[in-house]
Amino acid sequence: MLEVRNIRKSFGGLEVLKGVDLTVSRGDVAVILGPSGSGKTTLLRCVNFLEPADSGTLVFDGEEFQLGHVSRKDAARLRKKTAFVFQNYNLFLNKTALQNVTEGLIVARKMPRAQAEELGRRALDRVGLSGRMGHYPSQLSGGQQQRVAIARAVATDPEIIYFDEPTSALDPELTGEVLAVMRRLAEDGMTMLVVTHELGFARTVATRAVFMEDGAVVEAGPARQLFENPGQARTRAFLQTGGPSA
Amino acid sequence: MDERLLSIIIDSFPKILVPGLLVTLPLTAIAFAFAMAIAVAAALVQFARVPVATQLCRFYIWIFRGTPLLVQLFVVFYGLPRAGLTLDPFPAAVIVFSLNEGAYCAETVRAALEAVPAGQLEAGYCAGMSYLQTMRRIILPQAMRTAFPSLSNSLIAMVKDTSLASNITVVEMFRATEQINATVYEPLALYIEVGLVYLLFSTALTWLQGVGERRLGAYQGKGG
Repeated sequence: MLEVRNIRKSFGGLEVLKGVDLTVSRGDVAVILGPSGSGKTTLLRCVNFLEPADSGTLVFDGEEFQLGHVSRKDAARLRKKTAFVFQNYNLFLNKTALQNVTEGLIVARKMPRAQAEELGRRALDRVGLSGRMGHYPSQLSGGQQQRVAIARAVATDPEIIYFDEPTSALDPELTGEVLAVMRRLAEDGMTMLVVTHELGFARTVATRAVFMEDGAVVEAGPARQLFENPGQARTRAFLQTGGPSA
Repeated sequence: MDERLLSIIIDSFPKILVPGLLVTLPLTAIAFAFAMAIAVAAALVQFARVPVATQLCRFYIWIFRGTPLLVQLFVVFYGLPRAGLTLDPFPAAVIVFSLNEGAYCAETVRAALEAVPAGQLEAGYCAGMSYLQTMRRIILPQAMRTAFPSLSNSLIAMVKDTSLASNITVVEMFRATEQINATVYEPLALYIEVGLVYLLFSTALTWLQGVGERRLGAYQGKGG
């Protein structure tokens, strides 16, 4: 359902993505692994047009886009089919947990308020936060904020959710509650593309894995194969050291 | 204190307070409302880096921050008739105070907009919202909360600055005091008296600022 071909991106003179390919099928949990600075986050941001890529092709649901020039309109239309979970949560600070979830439904998708709130309550319940609907982000722990962010993503019934290092800003205790929520999403069949340093999570949940270094894909394939029998020495070395978070 | 002075102070009090309530406060309120509209518009234009309009905003702010308020009042009220535009004192004062205050407040609002984390806009986009929707529902409300204390400060300063309108014949609180003084000549008592009424107004606004901040503070986990 999502295919990226030969995506390139430079910041100033620094080439961050050197022609990366990526494929995610419906129901996949695809993880992107790699050392810091390998371009994982930039790749994810380019795919959702948060950074304009220099060139490359994006195919979403059979519709093809030239990444060098995507119109604002197309970007907005595509974003309504996707959701994004940020490393720093980026909850709307002036909105309660419930309003964070309903905002995109009411404002962007013109859903009646009552219906949006019903969906919002259900989404918050799903991430175990039915008791925190009226809390503002400043009144929630990091883990709770990230779960609200996941509820916000789920509520719009997206075709795919992008996760950008969703647990990197959390201490280990809170990481667990977020990963548990993501694990349940995966079991429910949600299509997910996850940039992560959590090798344990990746190993047990992912169906596909991509290992990136230096702006290029070193190795990609079924997760089991990449973890248990990596074809590249560099991948093996990375997996053995446990990645940068270990 | 002799009896004559005491009766002057007491008699003059309503004569000072009434123009204060009927002229000083309305002038402040109307001009500040216009100033806010100007400030938000100018700040949004600059924040979005709209070509040409951004340069026009910078030029406007440069002019109105760079020249004295009193000079601006004189140019508009005494000067513009030469160019064929004659304004009554009150509207002239409203125009000048709006434009002057708008220039300062535009900078306050712009700084507050810049202070909203960039991720808020990105989160709006990712929730499917457009730039304008995100600005209106997410960014601007947060910026106005940040700007609120500074804007309150500007409002309080403006109450006092309206005394300058006395120079273009607006009979606001200060000019009313001058008129009383012209007949009874008790400058020390009368000017202190009008000063105290300004202090009263400022104090009320400071109190309102506190109430407003507590109510707006809800989402920052500081009460409400």
